[in-house]
Parts: sequence; structure tokens; C-alpha cells
Amino acid sequence: MISRDEVRHVAELARLELTDEELERIGGQLGAILQSIEKIGELDLSGVPPTANPLNLTNVLRPDEPQEELSVEQALANAPEVEGNLFVVPRID
Amino acid sequence: MLELSAFELAGKIASGEVSAREAAEAASERVEAAEPEVHAMITPTPELALERAERVDERRARGEELAPWEGVPIAVKDVLSTRGVRTTCGSRILENFEPVYEATALARLGEPVVVGKANMDEFAMGSSTENSAFGPTRNPWDLSRVPGGSSGGSAAAVAAGEGWWALGTDTGGSVRQPAALCGIVGLKPTYGRVSRYGLVAFASSLDQIGPMTRDVRDAALLLSAIAGRDPRDSTSASAEVPDYLAELDRGVEGLRVGIIGEMMGEGIEPGVREVVERAARSLEEAGAEVGEAHLPHQEYALAAYYIIAPAEVSSNLARFDGVRYGMRVEAEGVHEMFRRTRGRGFGDEAKRRIMLGTYALSSGYYEAYYAQAQKVRTRIIEDFRAAFSRFDVLLSPTSPTVAFGLGEKVEDPLAMYAQDICSIPANLAGIPAISVPGGLSEGLPVGVQLMGNHFAEATLLRAARTVEEASGFRFEMRP
Repeated sequence: MISRDEVRHVAELARLELTDEELERIGGQLGAILQSIEKIGELDLSGVPPTANPLNLTNVLRPDEPQEELSVEQALANAPEVEGNLFVVPRID
Repeated sequence: MLELSAFELAGKIASGEVSAREAAEAASERVEAAEPEVHAMITPTPELALERAERVDERRARGEELAPWEGVPIAVKDVLSTRGVRTTCGSRILENFEPVYEATALARLGEPVVVGKANMDEFAMGSSTENSAFGPTRNPWDLSRVPGGSSGGSAAAVAAGEGWWALGTDTGGSVRQPAALCGIVGLKPTYGRVSRYGLVAFASSLDQIGPMTRDVRDAALLLSAIAGRDPRDSTSASAEVPDYLAELDRGVEGLRVGIIGEMMGEGIEPGVREVVERAARSLEEAGAEVGEAHLPHQEYALAAYYIIAPAEVSSNLARFDGVRYGMRVEAEGVHEMFRRTRGRGFGDEAKRRIMLGTYALSSGYYEAYYAQAQKVRTRIIEDFRAAFSRFDVLLSPTSPTVAFGLGEKVEDPLAMYAQDICSIPANLAGIPAISVPGGLSEGLPVGVQLMGNHFAEATLLRAARTVEEASGFRFEMRP
């Protein structure tokens, strides 16, 4: 089971504000889900290589050539707050 | 016109018997009529459809040759970027987001006559389309039931005749399961077969864009349009794209078909099992050799998926922080702004999965959960490899049940997750899989799933065509 403090800590790591009601409810559901997925611990998988991608791709890089890119206006088009060519964010606390 | 298949309509547009404009108008009228009951769309786009359709007609009038899919109105899941048309991903956090570029899968259609952006579970997380911030979609077969998810809006749009076909996305079954529940065809291509450029990422190692259509021939046609290497998506495959339509009529003589034993037992509704068994018999009668296949690690697939997918979600959804796009909730200090924006912007299921993924990747738990799940994924791929050494095609139900009632599973995430038990293994392995209607149970459609080896879509389409023909099930617009 996952404690309320752990749920709060995970929410903090995820930068997610949860209300007290959400902490209670989502915490309970997380506990049940974690219990069901612990099933994978039954298997002895020592020596089995992990698969991160079904095509087994690693570090796919394209040739280092100039390409068409977004203009500054396009990149900023959906930003909640802009000043000049910059995204505006509140001060770092 | 509304009862034609996309293939038939495309033929009439190419010959000039029907104009693209007429088709676009008919689709938009149908959207207007069906939407109050079905709610398959987040953003209907009748003007865009008309504008694009007119361009198709003008090009034809100038003597330009049209691609065989052009001019056929399409519904597009609202997770695919459409230039200048808002793309919400079913989420409040992107309620007013207008992409500045077009997804490759759409751009490949030439002048895609988009009739609307289809409803979906938020960020494609769900199996019922009840997790949309814009309200649930209803199943056109029975308005008190869900259409499945997360591409439930796309599936319902096709079933209701709001466009002749649709694009959906499939991370754990999100094209196939709603297709099954709405009585249409849904194809998840091989991972990498279709470019994911312009698709808002859910779980990048599992996501794939796929056709949702009225019949198997339409699926072959739409796949032909969207498949192939895209330099903008470095994970897209350079394997040659076959002529799927030409392959379609080759039949199944000599094809080896394996019914997956582990997907026919407990938890599968008897009516669903009967339809799948009937599909197996029809393949046998058409000349296929049918036997029993096994995936020994099947019982671990769901658990592995619900570690891997949320882990990727927690990373992919970190970009929604109120800085570059989407909503922002003002607060003192940047961290508080992130927390409040994300707390307000995401719905329940997105929060659950972000939390689950963050937990599974956090210090002390990484090895027990994420690393172990990736090893289970290796075992599942090995199981498929062994099965495909004996069989060309694997057969199972798409979903363990027919469409369930709205609200029935909302409070129980585990019951909802179990909906994807038959579809998830194909995503973990990256193989192609198709759902084709095999018949009815309790008056509701049942999907039959066929899975094939990497890039064996043509074989799947042939087998699916045989099942479709033998089933007696024909597309009929609803409600």
C-alpha cells in the first residue's frame, strides 16, 4: 500500500497540485493498481535484456544538416505570455 | 451516397459522378444531424471540409490526377495536429491550442477533407471515451453505452456516417477496441509503419496511428495513403510499402492461423467467444490451416503495460507546464504555476497515470517496476516470435466484452484497464493487428482480432477480408 505522505511526495515530484479529496481518492486507486501490477515480480527475469522500443532503436540521429524550422512567431504563437522573442514565466521560487 | 464505402465514393469522385464538394456537404449535414445524440466530435470543421473539397474539385477540373483516396471526408482524432485547427487531445490544458503544422499522416492525404476533430479520452488514456474534458461520446448502436476508447469519437463518427472513415491512434488497443465496440474495422499498423510526426505523444514506444473504416478494403486504401518512411520521424520505418489493395483478394489458402488459447478463456464473454470461433471456422473453410497458439506470458502483459505506458506518460506530459502552450494558472513563483496549471488542466485519468509513472520511475522503485516491465516486454516479444514460427496469423477477440454502459466502469480503473487485455500485447511487441466485425452478441457488434508479424499488414488484411465476407456483417449507418 502507498501511504498518504508517499502520494503527496509523488505528486510533488510530478509537479501536480492535488486537492485533499484527490489525494485520498487517487492514492487509494494507486494502491490497488500497484498491487495488481506487482504480479510481474513473480517472474525470474535475471539475464533477460530489457526492451525499451519494439524496433530496438537506439540513439536515432538524422544527418546534421540545416532544415526548415519554426519561425520565432510560430514558436511563440501558443504561449500564454510572451515578451519580445521570449516566453515569460514567473520568478523562480 | 452516405451508404457507400470510402473506396466506392473515391471511385465516383475520381470519375466525376460525385463531386468532392457534394460529399463534404453530405458528411457535414450528417455531422449536424447525429452530433446532438452521439457527440463524436470536439470540433466539427464544415468550412474547412468544404474549402478543401472545392480545391480537390478544381484540381480534377484542371485535369490533375487525384490520388485514389482524395476527396473522401474524414474524421480525425483530436490528438493529431491540424494546422490552424485547434487540437485539444480531449484536455482542458490544450483547450485553445492551435498547431502551426500538420501531422504527416494527414498531410499524406493531399487535401484531407477533414469534417471534424473527433472526441477522445484525454491524451488517449482510456477505453471508453468517458475521460474527455468535453464530455463522453455515445455508441451509435446503443446510445446508453460507450463507444470504447480512446479513439471512441473516431469510431462513433464512422459508425454514424459522420465522414466515410477516420484516423485514430492505438497505444494499447485504442483503434481496435472502439472499432470492435462500434462495428467497424480498426487497424493498428506495425510500430514505425506510419509516421508519428504531429501526433501528440502518449507513450512513444507504443503509439501508432491507424485507419478506422467501414470495411477491410477501405482500411487497405487508407493505410496505403498514410504508410511509409518520413524523415521527420526518425522512428518511422523505411520498409517498402506494398500495394495493400492488390494483395486483398489473394484469399487465405494455405495460411496458418493460430487461435490464442490464453485469450479465449476466463473473462471473455461467451457471445464474444462464439463469434471468434465462428471466424476461425470460416477461415478454415476458406482454405486456412487453423490450430491453437500460445503466448505464455500473456497474463503479465497488462501489468507490464500499466508500468511502461504511465512511465512514458509521466515524461511526455511534463511538457504541459503553462510555459510554451496550453493553459496557464497564474501563481507566485514558477513551481507553484506548474503545479496549479497541471492540477487544474489534467483530468483524473491523466493524473492517475502521471502519478503511477512517476512512482514507477522514482528512486528505489525503478528496478522493481520499470526495469522488470521492460524485461517482461522482451519475453512477450519472444512469445510472439515463437508463435509466428508456427503461424502466419494469430486470432483472438479484440475486446473481452461487447460495449458496456456509460458510467459502468468509471469508478474502477482496474476493470477499465482489463478491457485492453487482448489488444495490449501487440503494442508491446510492435506488431500489426486488425479488428474486424465478426457478428453480433446481444445485438451488439463483436470484433475479431487478427495479429501478424512485423510489416505483415497485407496478410492481415487478406485474412480480415475473409472473416468479413463470411460473417455476413455489412456496414449500416447508425443510429
